[in-house]
Amino acid sequence: MSAPQKATPGWLAAIPALALGIFFIVPFAIMLSVSVAHRVPGGFFEPGFELASYIRFLSAFFGSILVTSITISAAAAAICVTLAFPFTVFLAGMGRRAQTWILVILLSVLSLSEVIIGFSLSTLLSKTAGVGNLLAWLGILETSRAFTPSLFALLTGMCYLGFPYAVLVLYPPVSRLDPELGEAARTMGASPLRTFFGVTLPLLRAPVLGALVLVFVFTLGVYLLPQVLGRPQHWTLSVHITDQAIFQSNLPFAAAMAVLLLVVTLMLVGLTLLLGRDAGARQ
Amino acid sequence: MKRRSFLAAGTSALGLLAAPAVLRAQSSKLKIGTYGGYFQDSFDTHIYPDFTAETGIEVESIGEPTGEAWLVQLQQAARAGQAPADVSMMAQVARIRGERAGLWAPLDTDAIPNIANLPDHFVHGYEDGGVYGTGAVSWYITLVTNTDVYAEPPASWNALWDPANENRLGLLALASNSFLLEITATTHFGGTDILATEEGVLKVMDKLAEVKPNVRLWYRDEGQFQQALETGEIPMGQYYHDVTGLAAADGKPVRSTFPKEGAVLDSGSWVVSKASGAIEASQVFIDYMARPEIQAKLSRFVGTAPTVDRALTDLTDEEFAAVASDIPPILPRYDLYVDRADWVNQKWSELITG
Repeated sequence: MSAPQKATPGWLAAIPALALGIFFIVPFAIMLSVSVAHRVPGGFFEPGFELASYIRFLSAFFGSILVTSITISAAAAAICVTLAFPFTVFLAGMGRRAQTWILVILLSVLSLSEVIIGFSLSTLLSKTAGVGNLLAWLGILETSRAFTPSLFALLTGMCYLGFPYAVLVLYPPVSRLDPELGEAARTMGASPLRTFFGVTLPLLRAPVLGALVLVFVFTLGVYLLPQVLGRPQHWTLSVHITDQAIFQSNLPFAAAMAVLLLVVTLMLVGLTLLLGRDAGARQ
Repeated sequence: MKRRSFLAAGTSALGLLAAPAVLRAQSSKLKIGTYGGYFQDSFDTHIYPDFTAETGIEVESIGEPTGEAWLVQLQQAARAGQAPADVSMMAQVARIRGERAGLWAPLDTDAIPNIANLPDHFVHGYEDGGVYGTGAVSWYITLVTNTDVYAEPPASWNALWDPANENRLGLLALASNSFLLEITATTHFGGTDILATEEGVLKVMDKLAEVKPNVRLWYRDEGQFQQALETGEIPMGQYYHDVTGLAAADGKPVRSTFPKEGAVLDSGSWVVSKASGAIEASQVFIDYMARPEIQAKLSRFVGTAPTVDRALTDLTDEEFAAVASDIPPILPRYDLYVDRADWVNQKWSELITG
């Protein structure tokens, strides 16, 4: 028998490093260079270095769009995780078979594209073919009405998209949680609700924060749902980036907006993780 | 001796290897890009087979994305010396942008005798006079309604401003594809001349902003609106005359109306990428498409308005009415979306869809 070897050969790390370099760092560098290129009015762009595209972004108009985008995504993340956390706790308490089935169904939702989700929801929430008819038939509404486009429709779509991710992030730590901790709290006289908020939730602070960050970042990139399910005031920065890149051929401005969105996102994510760590350190 | 014979053999072998390449170049297909979906299907069925039968030029049909995505792709491919399509159908704003960037190959008008059938605004040239493109198809954007919801057709674009239509309209989301500035200027300011200055454009935008409470959907994708129009979910809006006519012929409860102020006449043009290696075959195709009988065929089978003068075609009054109207059209001011593109787009985002 040969001498003990490392389980994973070191050179294997070169493969993901190379993939990261080619498929992430190079495109990002191209985007950075395009964002400072010179926009040729009525044409395309020329290589160059100027901050005109960034300066154009610094306006009350785009500021409010950035705030809108962040607020909508943060709301979607909060709603998703609020629903996904108790859902996952219940899921982990189910039998093995039921768990597998529910996880398979959730995974299959991931195969649906934004387009299908958007158009299905716009039909479901429409006046002529949607739930409005059902509510009118039940006598809850006098006549059928449309629930789209609206902020409600948009958030429903985003949560549909983000919910499976939230559950998939929460499921492993929730299922590994030692049930004796909860039982101990109950033995000492804590109510089930108090146990949930006093023991279960604090123990899972890190995965909950992780799920929040994941859904937040994921929904920031959504650009079709706001067009299909939202009104113009709900059009996020991603919609405006698409408009500039595809319809206005203004790639420098689109790239500059994308870079700024990325920077703001990284700052917010960093801040969230930092707050989470500080809170943990104090205890 | 041995070396010479080796060289000779080598040369003839190279010749043999090169020959198929030459043959391939001659028989290679002409790549023609049209908007994917309805246009591409129609050209595949009604135009390309007859064109190939007559000229022997095989066609590879390419589906283009709408908007200016195709222009960006052509430009980036041309930088690498590639042409994803030899001939492309381009919208006017994209055509002018490509012209400014020198993306289109100059054409030899002697090889395109039928160019004489086209009016001046459908013959596109560089500033030095060289021709690079021709009008391909034209179509109208009209006022459309769901016939179940509106028993009577609206007579004027003023219906867009009618408070009775609150939350009932579907309009195109961008200044440069909706031409709502031209519609507003013609309906309320006596014509599009007011759009020549920035003050004028802002006045028109203020007037257009009054329709905002009536708009339920600002659409970028045609499919998004058409389905809602057919079900009556969004019973009024602006849409394409040809597609609406086809939907009505299919029994859908929709109608297209030419308002008394006129409908918007938009068009697509044929251009050839400068990276194309098939300029000659492209010119044969462009010439073929400028024939009056081919334009009449497009009107009958595809539903587009003829780019050549109506008198040159054998279209009956009924056939002509199905694709066009004698009411003078509203002509888009494309220069606005090229020269002031960023300014118009910014103000549009702030005042109209903001």
